[in-house]
Amino acid sequence: MANNNSEIRYLNPVSVDVKKKKYCRFKKSGIKYVDYKDGEFLKKFLNEQGKILPRRLTGTSQKFQKKVSQAVKRARHLAILPFVTDLMK
Amino acid sequence: MNYYETVFIATPVLSDTQLKELVGKFQGVITENGGQIINEEDWGLKKLAYPIQKKTTGFYFFIEFSAPDGKIIETLETQYRRDERVIRFLTMKQDKYAQEYAVKRRNKNAKKEE
Repeated sequence: MANNNSEIRYLNPVSVDVKKKKYCRFKKSGIKYVDYKDGEFLKKFLNEQGKILPRRLTGTSQKFQKKVSQAVKRARHLAILPFVTDLMK
Repeated sequence: MNYYETVFIATPVLSDTQLKELVGKFQGVITENGGQIINEEDWGLKKLAYPIQKKTTGFYFFIEFSAPDGKIIETLETQYRRDERVIRFLTMKQDKYAQEYAVKRRNKNAKKEE
C-alpha cells in the first residue's frame, strides 16, 4: 500500500516557483522623484491595458507607489499616457 | 521663493506666429505677476494618447518659473481657462526632490544640445 502513493511519477519535477525577494527599485537605485513627463519610465509600472500595477507585483514601497500613481495620473491628464488602451507595450 | 512648473497643450491648428504669440502671452503673464522664468522648453507637435476635443495631436510647452507666493498661479490658470487655443494645462509646485530633479534635467538637456 505504501508504494502506490509513489506510483504517481511526474515527467518533470514540479517547479515550485522560488519566492524571489522583491525589493523597492526606488530605494535601491536612489531615485527620489518620479517625473510625470517621461512616459517611457512610467510605462514600466503599467500593464497592457494601461492600468497601474499593484505593489505586490512590482514590490515598490508604499511611499514610492503613491508618487508613481500620482505621476501616472498627471501624465494621463496631459495625454502622455492613455487612460485605457489595448496592447500598449 | 516657491518653484513651479507648468505644461500646456495648444491646439494643432495654430500657425507659427500664433504659437509664438501664445507662448509670449503666457510668459508675459508670469513675468508681470512677479514670477521669474527659469527654463522653458518647446516639445513641439506630439501625438496625444487619446483625442482631446476631437484632435489627436497638440503643441506641448513646458515652463519652469519661481514666484514669491501662490497668487500668480490663480491668475495664470484663469488666463489658461480663458484662452480657447489652450486645450489642456497642468501646473505643479516643485518640492525639494522635484527641484533637484529639474536642475539635473536642465543640465542634461544643456549637455545634450552641445
